[in-house]
Amino acid sequence: MNRYPLWKNAIIVVVFLIGLIYSLPNLFGESPAVQVSSGKATVKVDTDTLAKVESALAAESLKPSLVQFDGNSVKARFETTDDQIKARDVLERTFNPDPAAPTHVVALNLLPRTPAWLASMGAAPMYLGLDLRGGVHFLLEVDMAAALQRRADVLATDLRTSLREKGIRHGGISRSGQSIEIRTGDASTFEAVRNAVLDQFQDLQVAENADPASGRLVVSIRPESARAVQDQALKQNITTLHNRINELGVAEPVIQQQGANRIVVQLPGVQDTAKAKDILGRTATLEVRLVDESAEGKAAERGNGPVPFGAERYLERSGQAVIVKREVLLTGENLTDAQAGFDDQQQPAVHLTLDSKGSRVFRDVTRENVGKRMAIILFEKGQGEVVTAPVIRTEIGGGRVQISGAMTTVEANDTALLLRAGSLAAPMEIIEERTIGPSLGAENIAKGFNSVIWGFAVIVIFMSVYYMLFGVFSSLALAFNLVLLVAVLSMLQATLTLPGIAAMALALGMAIDANVLINERVREELRNGVSPQTAINIGYDNAWGTILDSNITSLIAGIALLIFGSGPVRGFAVVHCIGILTSMFSAVVFSRGLVNLWYGRQKKLKSVSIGTVWRPDADGKSVAKAD
Amino acid sequence: MELFRIRRDIPFMRHAIVLNAISALTFILAVFFLVTRGLNLSVEFTGGTVMEVAYEQPADLEAIRKVVEAQGYAEVPVQNFGTSRDVLLRLPPQEGKSSGEQAQTLLEALKAQDPKVELRRTEFVGPQVGEELVESGLMALGLVIAGIMIYLAIRFEWKYAVSAIIANMHDVVIILGFFAFFQWEFSLAVLAAVLAVLGYSVNESVVIFDRIRESFRKYRKKTTIEVIDHAITSTISRTIITHGSTQIMVLSMLLFGGPTLHYFALALTIGILFGIYSSVFVAAAIAMWLGIKREDLIKTTRKEGDPDDPNAGAVV
Repeated sequence: MNRYPLWKNAIIVVVFLIGLIYSLPNLFGESPAVQVSSGKATVKVDTDTLAKVESALAAESLKPSLVQFDGNSVKARFETTDDQIKARDVLERTFNPDPAAPTHVVALNLLPRTPAWLASMGAAPMYLGLDLRGGVHFLLEVDMAAALQRRADVLATDLRTSLREKGIRHGGISRSGQSIEIRTGDASTFEAVRNAVLDQFQDLQVAENADPASGRLVVSIRPESARAVQDQALKQNITTLHNRINELGVAEPVIQQQGANRIVVQLPGVQDTAKAKDILGRTATLEVRLVDESAEGKAAERGNGPVPFGAERYLERSGQAVIVKREVLLTGENLTDAQAGFDDQQQPAVHLTLDSKGSRVFRDVTRENVGKRMAIILFEKGQGEVVTAPVIRTEIGGGRVQISGAMTTVEANDTALLLRAGSLAAPMEIIEERTIGPSLGAENIAKGFNSVIWGFAVIVIFMSVYYMLFGVFSSLALAFNLVLLVAVLSMLQATLTLPGIAAMALALGMAIDANVLINERVREELRNGVSPQTAINIGYDNAWGTILDSNITSLIAGIALLIFGSGPVRGFAVVHCIGILTSMFSAVVFSRGLVNLWYGRQKKLKSVSIGTVWRPDADGKSVAKAD
Repeated sequence: MELFRIRRDIPFMRHAIVLNAISALTFILAVFFLVTRGLNLSVEFTGGTVMEVAYEQPADLEAIRKVVEAQGYAEVPVQNFGTSRDVLLRLPPQEGKSSGEQAQTLLEALKAQDPKVELRRTEFVGPQVGEELVESGLMALGLVIAGIMIYLAIRFEWKYAVSAIIANMHDVVIILGFFAFFQWEFSLAVLAAVLAVLGYSVNESVVIFDRIRESFRKYRKKTTIEVIDHAITSTISRTIITHGSTQIMVLSMLLFGGPTLHYFALALTIGILFGIYSSVFVAAAIAMWLGIKREDLIKTTRKEGDPDDPNAGAVV
């Protein structure tokens, strides 16, 4: 009866091997590496970059132990930090020939030293959280109210234009908060306005208690449209952050949406928080200026003369120079949106949307400067680049601007992206921040590791002394549990934090409970005079129900923490839950497998090595109460 | 080796009233301290800034305090953190200044005093996030209680569920009471420890209840009290060994885990020690007083009979 069928033993062996393989990468440590990624939205990193990296390194006789391309960056691993630094310099020179205008980000990084045969199976070491690696963590909250207000602004302007085009007279349109109020005179105007709104403006809804006699019509943004605005604002902010963070040269930054209006930014390895925050919080760097069309200006553009006083020179992406006046007409703060699309002749174009202030200014400028050129300049790292410099054909009111002519769809897309990148859709505020120095990170790993190892050692000694061979089996099961836990965490690439390591220690302490239950039960059955083979069987069977119940209650606590926890506590909850599951498998199935292998075949088993089985009547003293 | 040479069932339930009176007393004390002294909530719950700085020599706390006060902070806790060279500063949120600026200016002032100071870690939590964490913590607690009660009611019976939760919430309150009395820092990690203890404690009670159910089935002639006594006695060896093993791990954490895990390990230690007491004695006693009976757990089978079957009742 204490024999496991072949398939069960096979499962144990397979799980054991998988556990071993997937936990192995954690033993290899990390080696210095250099990472090349894209520094600008328009620069792409692909297999060409990989080839370029390899040849650049070969030219300097630098031998990387591994060069790989992982989809959005190229990583090269080296044996020593000296090689790493040399390689960084070489690659910096190769990819950023003009230090003032870098196109790529070349960063130092630590890569795991996983051997190729393991890596090809998808094995990787555990992903370390910031408190174990060192770095910076920010939680940013987007001011959604501001984003909605800007949208309402734009809609109010559109409404004004639309009503004027229809010839509907009204008493004035104003925006208060996120709703727009239109003053109407009489009931017929009211109806006309209401119809116009319902016909043309899908994003707006009319207030329910609209009363024609009150002379006022209040419209507000539909909830679905409001949600769309918020989503868009969040995504745009994330894109802007991405571009800005690239400037820091951080390897593997994490920028993610959290909830409806928050963004999590994690920068491992960065110590200069002040600089990081400065870069994150930078406001719009987009400017609209008039082109200097005087004779001197034109001469300077052709390269025939110096830049005239009161003007500045910037280059377009094509290399063409543009001389612009120093006066700034509009900034990115007034630009609410930029989308690529098509114009009336089905040619690629970029559609800009300005807010109310922006549209007013724009209207005045365009009215007074028909036939002249206007430049839109994008400032990145203090350097300006002219995105586009179109000719003004007519007065443009209404805040909707279309820039078209001489661009392909790809260029239109890129331009729209660049314009959006220059401005944040809605202001952001830092609501949570954490910096951990790298020395602290390494210390934390050492501390966590020590507590697990020492505690484990003491428990193993105790179990082996108290329960003899069964204790040894229990200890092996515990070791297997640890290996399995590490393997699962590595496979899931779950984030390991210091509380997570603590959860590992705790899980081991709790896992031994199952084995103690089983061993005590077997001892009790032996005490009652049951034959050893039967005792083992009954011991395992009876204990299983209790083990299940008790582990499930611990699991409930773990799941609650998982749902409501965040940050390091979440790391704790993940390890806790996985630890409970692996312990159920290892304590019961694995240890029974071992016991079965050892004792299962002995038909006439006289005794098992489970330590003292103390029987009260053996002492000759009073016997336990008969049942 | 057998540490538990117990000859006969120890009559625990005879002393149920005394045991429960002690636990009720500690409970009231804990609540008293919680109410009067309150918990020393960490920055994660209250909002504010924490800075950890390291010096090369043992730090002069008084001098540091003067520097901090010169910056305009009234009563800022300045304390050693782990070793005598590490110092932890907790700054309240300041109007108009972002935490980064606060940390920066303070660091510069400290550098002016001792150029070799190194910033190891800063943490800033906005007050709104702090409030949300308090809410999440409470909701997690509520979910755990509800989940455990439902599970126990299904596996055993509602009386067991109620007694387990009362006994184990008592554990939680006692841990909080200790933290309030000693004014130890109550952080998010400690909250996680408390919830883990709750799960672990209930774990204990479940083992006892399981034994009670088995004894009800096996020993038809024993009274309820005798059954409970037998259940506790036969599981006591396991209870103590398991708690001992878990405590060894926690002790290892206390010794090697460093200051970050210190209070976490403390909470676990208190939980484990008081856990034995509450899960074994209190839970069983409350279950007894709620009136558990053999019939609650054992469903007697009814003999099904088809009245039209001509062979009904026939026995060979």
